[in-house]
Amino acid sequence: MKIAISATGPSIDDQVDARLGRARVFIIVETDTMEFNAIENPNINAGGGAGIQSAQMLAQKDVKVILTGNCGPNAFQVFGAAGVQVIVGVSGIIREAVEQYKNGAFSQASQHNVASHSGMGGGGGMGRGGGMGKGRR
Amino acid sequence: MKEIVVISGKGGTGKTSIVASLAALAEKKVLADCDVDAADLYLVLNPRVESLEDFSGGKKARILEEQCIGCGKCVDACRFEAISYPLSQGAGSLIPFVNPVFCEGCGVCVRVCEVQAVAFEPAISGEWYVSSTQYGPMVHARLGIAEGNSGKLVTLIRQQAREIAKRDNLDFIIVDGSPGIGCPVISSITGSDLVVVVTEPTLSGQHDLNRVAQLTGYFQIPTIVCINKWDLNPEITQRIESQAYDQGIKSVGRIRYDPAVTKAQIMKSSVIEYTGGAVSEDIKSVWRNIIYALG
Amino acid sequence: MNIAIASGKGGTGKTTISTNLAFTLARQGKSVQLLDCDVEEPNCHIFLKPQIQFSGPVNVLLPKVLDERCNGCGVCARVCEYSAIVVVKDKVLVFPELCHGCGGCSLFCPQEAIVEIQRIVGTVETGSSGAVRFIQGLLNIGELMSPAVIHVVKKAAGQSDIIIIDSPPGTSCPVIASVKDADFVLLVTEPTPFGLNDLKLAVEMVRRLMIPFAVAINRFDIGDDEVQRYCKEEDIDVVLQIPDDRRIAEAYSRGELIIDALDEYKGLFEESWDSIVNLGLHNLKSESA
Repeated sequence: MKIAISATGPSIDDQVDARLGRARVFIIVETDTMEFNAIENPNINAGGGAGIQSAQMLAQKDVKVILTGNCGPNAFQVFGAAGVQVIVGVSGIIREAVEQYKNGAFSQASQHNVASHSGMGGGGGMGRGGGMGKGRR
Repeated sequence: MKEIVVISGKGGTGKTSIVASLAALAEKKVLADCDVDAADLYLVLNPRVESLEDFSGGKKARILEEQCIGCGKCVDACRFEAISYPLSQGAGSLIPFVNPVFCEGCGVCVRVCEVQAVAFEPAISGEWYVSSTQYGPMVHARLGIAEGNSGKLVTLIRQQAREIAKRDNLDFIIVDGSPGIGCPVISSITGSDLVVVVTEPTLSGQHDLNRVAQLTGYFQIPTIVCINKWDLNPEITQRIESQAYDQGIKSVGRIRYDPAVTKAQIMKSSVIEYTGGAVSEDIKSVWRNIIYALG
Repeated sequence: MNIAIASGKGGTGKTTISTNLAFTLARQGKSVQLLDCDVEEPNCHIFLKPQIQFSGPVNVLLPKVLDERCNGCGVCARVCEYSAIVVVKDKVLVFPELCHGCGGCSLFCPQEAIVEIQRIVGTVETGSSGAVRFIQGLLNIGELMSPAVIHVVKKAAGQSDIIIIDSPPGTSCPVIASVKDADFVLLVTEPTPFGLNDLKLAVEMVRRLMIPFAVAINRFDIGDDEVQRYCKEEDIDVVLQIPDDRRIAEAYSRGELIIDALDEYKGLFEESWDSIVNLGLHNLKSESA
């Protein structure tokens, strides 16, 4: 089956990237054959919601599990909606991490493990689209 | 490696002055100035910039005048009052103008335009720097006036500081935060090891500390308080400390009022390097208690 | 006359000046409204001890998807610049704290499957203290939408001779929201390197907003004369200077108005108002010339 890992480099012998949203690369591994391919993360410089975007992208790649260092609440919600298992607290060499996963060493994260960085995206101009009674045109 | 974030709730309580002294006291640390709207730490630490990068907080819309047919749909669609008709145009001219100060980069005008007359480009909202100081490395930034998404810039600064701390095997990341409880503050504190709230012995300081305490409580970050200029009102000092204690916030000490603090700033020096007076002993004691609080 | 009291640096004395000026003018018989737009940390109420007559919610709009109409096409996610709405395996997720309320997702949904609902981000309160009408906003903890609350505070102000706006510190979005549309801005600073550094940023901000302004120097005797020199070079009027009087700091710490605690400072605020009015009139004249 396919699992994804946030990575600092494009090879299965590179290190796991502790970040999810702004990981340099995502590595998708077919656990049966250990074949893998690397995807450059397009969200590194995203204004906000990098975690959300990265989670959405991976969900579309048909992965069943994501191994990473840290996952915020929004990305966690996206994975949940997509039925992707999230395993946090993973570090070290990617090949090793995948082997450990296959050995059943990790438990599924029951919730996100880092607080929201909600300042990132919401920090924009901060709309006043609402106010009192300003509704749909 | 521990990350300490110094915030205040109320502005002007002395965060930056205190961080400058902590920079001189702490060993093996990296400094991060996350008060990106009004960065002052550099004035005392005298950093030498070693690398500089542009920062883009988002996109801005811009009307392409030659393509615009003057239908006004963009003006109606903008919820942020960023598009209007400039008064300086001649009669009969209906080309609207997007004021970049108010544009939030939502893209609605871009998409509502039927003739593709609105450009939508990443805006360069500021710059961030990695510098060296006599106290160690420092990451800081300059955000353009009225630019938004300070939260993203703050997060970037902290990430850089973290990487430097890892690379150089440093013990502390010391963050100078901003006043308030909004987006830049939230971005400064999430995931940190300890928040130090610097407050003053006034009703305003007490009120604002309360709000900050609710914020750090909401994000579940260990918090301690330090009362600056405490001798201006010992009674309120006491009140603040006991109220804070009831909220699970320990006091790490009191710093007395001393005109030497301002003189030190004018001499571009940290307080503890400028004077051996009692105020410096107060600050050293606070630092010792901070280390103790980190456990 | 609509005057905003702002500053680059925090703690320079905006609230001190806003509250003391409001009462000075109200006691002269003018109709005065004081708006506390520092919605993250409002402090004016400490000095006014107002009678609150009305309290209401400040809402922002948030998208809500009508499931029966949604076909998972994902247009909403594509038009959102903030990742506040995403589509995952035909499920639409909304992240409220990232939403700017731009209305794009609702506007461009091909199935008309998105409506906008209200979401509370803060409160607005109106009331009075003596002859001063008072409006304040309070942003809920953990929320980011300060400008939304500030916008409502300003809207809640009715007509009066004078509206004084106590702004938050800094030069970013909440300050812009407080200061825009003001007839005049008073920038408060202190004569220190930090004060000067941040004053320059604030000056750039008001110039970009093209609003006439002047400077007030608080604790004018604590530092050096760089701020004075800067104002002179830039042709900026200094209309108010408050000395570093420990009694002022102590009165402030107790939540007392300076003009009540210390008689000798009454005239200070009256005179500075005259200076401001003269500058304001001068600006009107030069505009029509």
